[in-house]
Amino acid sequence: MSHARTSRLIDDLRERIAHLEGGSTRKAAVLPFGVPDIDDRLPGGGLVCGAIHEVAGGGSGTVDGAAAALFAAGIAARSKGKVLWCLTRPDLFAPSVSQAGLHPDRVVYCEGDKDEDVLASMEEGLSFGGFAAVVGELVRLPMTASRRLHLAAEKTGTMGLVVRRWRRQTEASDYGNPTASTTRWRVSVLPSEPLPVAGVGRARWLAELMRVKAGECAEFEIGAPDAKGRICLLPVSADRPDTSSWRGSRAS
Amino acid sequence: MPADQPLVVISRSGTKRWVSAADTAARKVGLRIGMSASKAQAVIAGLTMMDADPVADAAALERLALWALRQYSPVVAVDGTDGIVMDTEGADHLRGGEEMMITGLVNMLRGRGLTGRAAVADTWGAAHAIARLTTAETTVVPIGGVANAVVGLPIHCLRLPPDTVQRLHVLGVETVGELSAMPRAPLTLRFGPEPGRRLDQLFGRVAEPIEPLRTPDLVGVSKNFQEPIGAAETIEKYVRRLVGQLTAELEQRGLGVRRSDLVIHRVDNTRQCLRAGLAKPVRDPARLSKLLCDRIEKIDPGFGIERLDLVAVMTEVLEERQVASSLIEEDVVDITPVIDVLANRGQRLYRLSPVASDVPERSVMRIAPTAPETGADWAVKWPRPSRLFAHPERIEVTALLPDQPPAVFTWRGKRRRVKRADGPERIFGEWWQRPREMQAVRDYFVVEDEQGERYWVYRAGDGVDLETGSHLWFIHGVFG
Repeated sequence: MSHARTSRLIDDLRERIAHLEGGSTRKAAVLPFGVPDIDDRLPGGGLVCGAIHEVAGGGSGTVDGAAAALFAAGIAARSKGKVLWCLTRPDLFAPSVSQAGLHPDRVVYCEGDKDEDVLASMEEGLSFGGFAAVVGELVRLPMTASRRLHLAAEKTGTMGLVVRRWRRQTEASDYGNPTASTTRWRVSVLPSEPLPVAGVGRARWLAELMRVKAGECAEFEIGAPDAKGRICLLPVSADRPDTSSWRGSRAS
Repeated sequence: MPADQPLVVISRSGTKRWVSAADTAARKVGLRIGMSASKAQAVIAGLTMMDADPVADAAALERLALWALRQYSPVVAVDGTDGIVMDTEGADHLRGGEEMMITGLVNMLRGRGLTGRAAVADTWGAAHAIARLTTAETTVVPIGGVANAVVGLPIHCLRLPPDTVQRLHVLGVETVGELSAMPRAPLTLRFGPEPGRRLDQLFGRVAEPIEPLRTPDLVGVSKNFQEPIGAAETIEKYVRRLVGQLTAELEQRGLGVRRSDLVIHRVDNTRQCLRAGLAKPVRDPARLSKLLCDRIEKIDPGFGIERLDLVAVMTEVLEERQVASSLIEEDVVDITPVIDVLANRGQRLYRLSPVASDVPERSVMRIAPTAPETGADWAVKWPRPSRLFAHPERIEVTALLPDQPPAVFTWRGKRRRVKRADGPERIFGEWWQRPREMQAVRDYFVVEDEQGERYWVYRAGDGVDLETGSHLWFIHGVFG
C-alpha cells in the first residue's frame, strides 16, 4: 500500500470520526487561563467550555478542598455570567470566593442533602444553559454520572467544574477511577511566596494536570487567583516539601 | 377598648338572648357560654355586649382558611363554625416538623390578635376533638396514638347532633371510651348510623377525605376520567393538557401563577397533592408543566386515578411587557426557571450577601436567589479562609504573649511547626448584639506550617486582660 493512499485513508477516517463526534462544525469555545505556558498544554488553548473539569486537593486538601474550591472559583470568575454552586457541606466562606474574583451577586448556592442531589442539580444547571459555569462539590463521581453531566454541558456549552472532596484522606485513591471529565487537576498547597518582611505572601499551589483529553499531563507551580480570578505561573521552587506520599497514586 | 374590660358576644335564638362567646376577662369574673344575657348583666356591671354576626364570622374564617391554603398545605377546609382543618401530610417538613409547624401557626395567629389552639392527629375527627377540648395550645398526637389520646374526651367532641348527645347523656354515656365500648348494633338501632360513623372516622377505620376550600376567584381546571389512569406517560399527558387550560384561563384574567396545586383523586377515595411554587408569576405552560411533571414519580396511582384537579392557589398580576430586541445590549439571562425547578425538588437555594460585621461568622447572610442585585461586596481586604468551620476547634499552642503568633500548634492530634505567620488582626465583640461581648476580643493570625498549609487561628482575648477572653486558642478556617 503506497504512502499517499494510506494518508488518504487516514484523512477519510478522521473525517468520519469528526462527523460522528458532531462537534467539528463549530469550534468549541475555550476559557484560557491567560498564562501561555498552561494554555499551550491544553488542547484548544484553554479549558473547553462545554465540558466537565475535575479538581481535587492534595494531602489534607482532599478533605477540606480549600485550594481546589478556590481554583474552581478563579476559573468561574473569569467566565461571564452567573454561577451555580452546588454543595452538601455549607462551609465555603463566601468572602474568600469574592476575593478570588467571583462577586457574591454572581453566585447562586444550591445546598442538597446527598451527593445525588448535587449531581441532579448540576445536571439541571448545565442543561439550563443560562449559567456561565456550574460548580459541584462531590465525594463520588461515577462514570455514568460524569457522562450525563458531560452530555448536558456539551449540549449547552456551559462549563461544569467538579470539586472532589472526600470524607477521609485514604478515600482519595478514588480519584484514579476513570470519569468522562475533559481535564483533571490536583491542586495542592505549597509554602507561600517569600516576602522581604515577616508574613505570609501570595499563596502558591502545585497544580498537576493529571489527565487531559487529547493532551499530555503536566504540572505547574502557580500563584493563587488574584482579585480578578487570574492565576500566575511561578518558577519552580527548590525547597518544595516532599509530597510523594500522596502523589504516588497518580492516575492517567 | 381596654383589654381587661369583660366582653361577651350575645346570640339570639327565638326570644332568648344568651352568651355565645366570652373573652378571658369575662370568664375570669364568672361568665360562661350558654348563660342568658340578663344573668350576665346581673353578674357584672358595665359589661360590654356585642351582637353576634355569624355571617361575618364565617367570612372571616374562610379568609383565614384561604390564607392557610396558600401558606401551609394544598388541602385546607373550614371545619364547622369555629375552626379550619388541614391535611398536612408531606407539608410539615417545610416548616421544620409538625411541632414547629403548629407552634408557628399559633404564634402567627397570636401576632394578629387571635387566640388559637391547634392539634395534629392521624384523623380529622381526632384533631378536631383534641384542638377543641384540651387546654394545651398545641398538641401533636403521635402516629397510632389516637385511641389513647381521645378515650377520655367527652362525647360532644364527636360532631354529633346536639339532641343525640343529649340522649346519650341520659343513658349515662359521657366519654368517647364509654361510647366505643358499647355494642354497635343496639346503638345503631336506637340512634341511627351517625354515632358509629363518627366513631369510625375518629379512630380512622373509615376514610374521611377533606374537600379543599375553593372560592370563585381561585382559577382551577379539572379532568374526570371514564376509565382510571395509572401510567406515568398518561398522567403526564393530561397534566400538560390541564396546564394548557389553566394558563389559557389565567391569560384571560391577566394573572400569573405563583403557587399551584395538582390534586390527584384515586379510585379508592384518597387524594394526593403536588404543589409547585414559583419565584415569579408565570403563565408559560412549558415551565409550569415541567415543574409538575418533574415529580410525577412521587404520585402513587394505586388502583388508578379517576380525576385530576389543577388549581392556581396563589396568583399575581402578570402583564404583558414589550421587550426591545437589542443588537448591542448584553442580554441578562433570567435564571428563575432553573431556580424554580431546583427549589421544587427541595434543594435549599440562596445567595450569600455581605453584612457589615467584623465577626467572621456574622459577616455572611443568606438571601433569596432572586433577590435584587446590590453590587455590595465584603469590604475587608485581609485574606479570608476558603473553608470556615461552623464551630472553631480548640488547639494546643505554644506562643509568646501578648501578640506573637503561635510557634507550634497541635490540631486534631497533629503537631505543626509554624514557619510563617501574619497578624494579629484584632476583632472586637459586638456589644449591641449580646451584652457579654462588651469586652470580648479575638486576635486572628494567619499561620503557615512547614508543608505550606495555611490556617486561620485565633486567641480568645487580647493576651493581657482576662476580661477580654479566656486566652484559649482556636482554629477557625483553612486557607486555599
